[in-house]
Amino acid sequence: MQTITYREALNQALDEEMERDDTVFLMGEEVAEYDGAYKVSKGLLEKFGDRRVVDSPIAELGFAGLGVGAAMGGLRPVIEFMTFNFSILALDQVINSAAKTFYMTGGQIPVPMVFRGPTGAALQLSAQHSQACETWYVHAPGIKLVTPGTPADAKGLLKAAIRDNDPVAFMEGELLYNVKGEVPDVDDGDFVIPLGKADVKREGSDVSIITHGKMVHVALQAAKKLEKDGVDAEVLDLRSLRPLDVEAILATVHKTNRVVYLEEGWPYAGIGAQIAATIQEEAFDYLDAPILRVTQADVPMPYAKNLEQMAKPDADRVVRACNRVLYRNGSAD
Amino acid sequence: MATKVHMEALSPTMEEGQIVQWLKGEGDEVSSGEVIAEIETDKATMELVARGDGVLLKILTQEGGTAPVGEVIAVIGSEDEDISDLVGGTGGGGDADDDGEDEESADASKEDDEDEDEGEDGDEDADKADASEDDDDADDDEDEASIPDPVKDVDRSDADEKKKEKKDDGDETRVKASPVARRLAEAEGIDLASLEGSGPGGRIVKADVETAVREGPAEKDEPAKAPDRRAPDEEEYEDVPLSQMRKTIARRLVESIGPVPHFFLTIDVDMGRIVEARERINRQLEKDGLKISYNDIVLKTTALALSRHPECNAHWGGDHIRRFNRVHLGVAVAIDDGLITPIVRDAERKGLVEIAQEVRELAGRAREKKLKPEEYTGASFSVSNLGMFGIEEFTAVINPPEAGILAVGAMEERAVVVDGEIVVRPRMKITMSCDHRVIDGAMGSAFLQTLKGILEEPLTAFV
Amino acid sequence: MTDTSTMSREAGKGDESMAGLEGFEKDQLKGFLKEMLLYRRFEEKAEEAYAIGKIGGFCHLHIGQEAVALGFIGPLRQDDYVITAYRDHTQALAKGVDPNGVMAELYGRDSGSARGKGGSMHIFDVEKGFMGGHGIVGAQVPLAAGLGFAIKYREEDRVCVCFMGDAAVNQGAFHEALNMAAIWKLPVLFVVENNEYGMGTAFSRVSALPVKERAAGLGVPAHHVNAQDILATWTLVEELLEKIRAGEGPQYVDARTYRFKGHSMSDPVSGTYRSKDEVESKVKQEDPISLLRDRLFDAEFLTEDELEEMDREVRAVVDEAAEFAEEAPFPAREELYNHVYSEVNEHGRLFFDGRDREGED
Repeated sequence: MQTITYREALNQALDEEMERDDTVFLMGEEVAEYDGAYKVSKGLLEKFGDRRVVDSPIAELGFAGLGVGAAMGGLRPVIEFMTFNFSILALDQVINSAAKTFYMTGGQIPVPMVFRGPTGAALQLSAQHSQACETWYVHAPGIKLVTPGTPADAKGLLKAAIRDNDPVAFMEGELLYNVKGEVPDVDDGDFVIPLGKADVKREGSDVSIITHGKMVHVALQAAKKLEKDGVDAEVLDLRSLRPLDVEAILATVHKTNRVVYLEEGWPYAGIGAQIAATIQEEAFDYLDAPILRVTQADVPMPYAKNLEQMAKPDADRVVRACNRVLYRNGSAD
Repeated sequence: MATKVHMEALSPTMEEGQIVQWLKGEGDEVSSGEVIAEIETDKATMELVARGDGVLLKILTQEGGTAPVGEVIAVIGSEDEDISDLVGGTGGGGDADDDGEDEESADASKEDDEDEDEGEDGDEDADKADASEDDDDADDDEDEASIPDPVKDVDRSDADEKKKEKKDDGDETRVKASPVARRLAEAEGIDLASLEGSGPGGRIVKADVETAVREGPAEKDEPAKAPDRRAPDEEEYEDVPLSQMRKTIARRLVESIGPVPHFFLTIDVDMGRIVEARERINRQLEKDGLKISYNDIVLKTTALALSRHPECNAHWGGDHIRRFNRVHLGVAVAIDDGLITPIVRDAERKGLVEIAQEVRELAGRAREKKLKPEEYTGASFSVSNLGMFGIEEFTAVINPPEAGILAVGAMEERAVVVDGEIVVRPRMKITMSCDHRVIDGAMGSAFLQTLKGILEEPLTAFV
Repeated sequence: MTDTSTMSREAGKGDESMAGLEGFEKDQLKGFLKEMLLYRRFEEKAEEAYAIGKIGGFCHLHIGQEAVALGFIGPLRQDDYVITAYRDHTQALAKGVDPNGVMAELYGRDSGSARGKGGSMHIFDVEKGFMGGHGIVGAQVPLAAGLGFAIKYREEDRVCVCFMGDAAVNQGAFHEALNMAAIWKLPVLFVVENNEYGMGTAFSRVSALPVKERAAGLGVPAHHVNAQDILATWTLVEELLEKIRAGEGPQYVDARTYRFKGHSMSDPVSGTYRSKDEVESKVKQEDPISLLRDRLFDAEFLTEDELEEMDREVRAVVDEAAEFAEEAPFPAREELYNHVYSEVNEHGRLFFDGRDREGED
């Protein structure tokens, strides 16, 4: 095992996959000479040259579309968005081209590519730079969506995403890049985590906190606080949102009968809404309480520090939600 | 010909009623005027009588169930009668008025089926319905149309069927339990209705069922799991469902304290003479086995005082004030799950004994919820006495449209100054709540002065 | 930068009968005529089928613009790419896509070129290098840059021809893609089918500069051509393909043409945005097929009998396509979920409509 940062884990994944497969290339703003806006691609230009590590103009629609075209032409592009906030400009190409081409061509032209970059809020970047974009991507059939929360997941899942034959949105987190964690050694062979497999990040029996991406850490903090109160919370990290590990979700519901969904994004038609729908459809008879969601406040992200903190989901809100689904004292929000 | 049994308005303020008990079951013979059910209204338990002869064919609202006034709660008819139309037509209050019509149309549809081709009957409506199936008129002729509209008719019967099912298993669905608790209870053979829920609003949760399983035959004494259970003695509150009466009290008192501009006047009365007088009177009555209470005396004297102050013996009528010439005194009576104010009518004309007997009789029936509506509506003024509970002084909430109420406290021995000397006297405080729209401070004070005068010098009653 | 407008002007000079025919073989010229006639008859059949409800949805006909399809696609090799917008039937035919497959696609049948999942706007045939039919105006332009990027990445000797309507040059995607094609010298020929109207809006009303000049600031060499003249078009395209294959980077052509029909089958041919007179005069004077036919008559390369025989042959092809489409099966029920994803992962669920649990088959 090596202990490396999330950023280094992504870098290793890119490095290994580019090494393994010549059709893999990385394109995006600042990915080459600048070593990446968040240094994820550090050293890759030097190693692979400007044929495979390509600085793009600031033209998200254009280079996202170029990526789709290159995938249609048989390459495996990794398109980096400096953040997924900017990918809203590219959504036409993501939804209308990447997601639909395989279907519209009657299965003739696959689009094996990855859109990656950070999603969600960092610190005081205000409304246009602080949004969780999962829902926009996962909504369209034809796209897969992966949201790793730890260095090991980042590495194993990025390698799987690059190898996948469909367009995969791979959403990271600015605040995750420096998070350290254990990742299998490079020498120990190919470390790939299959898409569509959730991971129990903490075993528990009283309540399930289901979440994805950066919020895994918030969920774990909340679980720790709950432990002091004698509550044993399970934390299920979905890791992939499409394909979705429904079996793992049902298993934790069967176990605890009580669910809180935690996500960084807005509540309306959010990921939690889908998970809650799935649970009530398929595990209704295992629920002991209504499912609650902890999400970003239903407002654009404010700048002021205190307001931003109020808007973001945090461990205390998760604890309160857990207490509510446990029908515990003094738990009302 | 079937007869619908409606939830009837059994009190003037009743909006819905709860079935306490069906005195007749499905299949029992009933005759017009016979009591078939007991209904709890907002005030009392009332009897519901049959309005037709025949057999009680179907009960639509079960015991414990509630129905708004006008809703069909049962059907009476002849033994083999097809009442599917009537049962299907359960619905809102609108049905209450068009009883006859519905029955006719139900019959008409039968006739149509039987003699389809008897054109000479000249049934214009039937012709019309045949001619223009999708005309708006068809709605009116729905029951008569010989060819059912495949869309509309199928949908309606489906909906009715569902409604019926819902009602039929109403008892079952009244138990509030989480899905997993239901599943577990079924697996363990536990009747959910026998459990108390520890979740919000009494919801039965998994832990409740688990506890029941543990504490059942196995009698295992495992400590309770921390997160989702609390020991019973830690219970912070108990949620008690509202009875019809409690609902009415809540609504009416909020109506009162909100829009009624209350003000309060308190007066301290020396009861020395009354104490003496009551002793004498009761001694006289002893041989007849009778007795009067202080409250009876307060009622009588209040009635007398009111007859001299009709401005306080009044109702607020929105655009008018109604002053009563006679005193109908509402007497607040505490009963099991609320209070009710039976009325001593013409109290100013009645003797103490008469008042005493009447109050006792009314209070007794009030506690049994057997009061008739006219026995508790129409007071001109009310008196509430909490003296027997040791309450020294309190304020009572006016019962609109009445304009005043007296709150009578406990009589007790207090040190007071009389003619420059401290003496111990039996004293009693009376607080009057006044609706300022009707009674002004001076008016109320004058009334209380009169009352105090009579109580302190009973002879003034004859002045 | 070559300005080909002089070429087409010069074509009118010299020997009338052989005007502009130099450099083309007689059989080749007759082949052009027959090919364009096929496109015309095919679209007429589509129009007819649409009118009787055999074809649904949107249906954009290419009638009047046949020389664009032939002129820009004819000179390509099979492994070159063509990508276009939603007016895509004849370009597909030009790239060698089987007319049966195209017609069956219009009919929404399983034998269609996209298995009946694309329809009129989304004809695809990857074997023939026909990369589709795209429905969002201008969206195919970055895709073309990507195909060009892939060609260059693998150092292949291929070209991508990207068609777009004149309206597409006002889309951001157009500018972003041409810029990238220019900086990375991508092997793409961008063709603006300038039929003067974006649906019902004259191009001159929504653009300060003519089509040709719109690429000027992006560093892509720009040309224009009278694209009703198949020979001028063909000649220019051969020249530009040579430059592209030589690694000079992208080229851009303002191909001036005219749409004889409405924007789609649900739009009028003329009306508030263009007059009947204008359309009639264009049809009379600028029909690419009649223009070539007359030149072949003039040069005595073609007899009326030969023309009639030619027409019979292409009509037979088109009739067969319609019969094929008519008899082709509809897609099977299981096709609904097929081809959404090319790889079904070992774990996890991809579809969330609950159909698999509704008890449907």
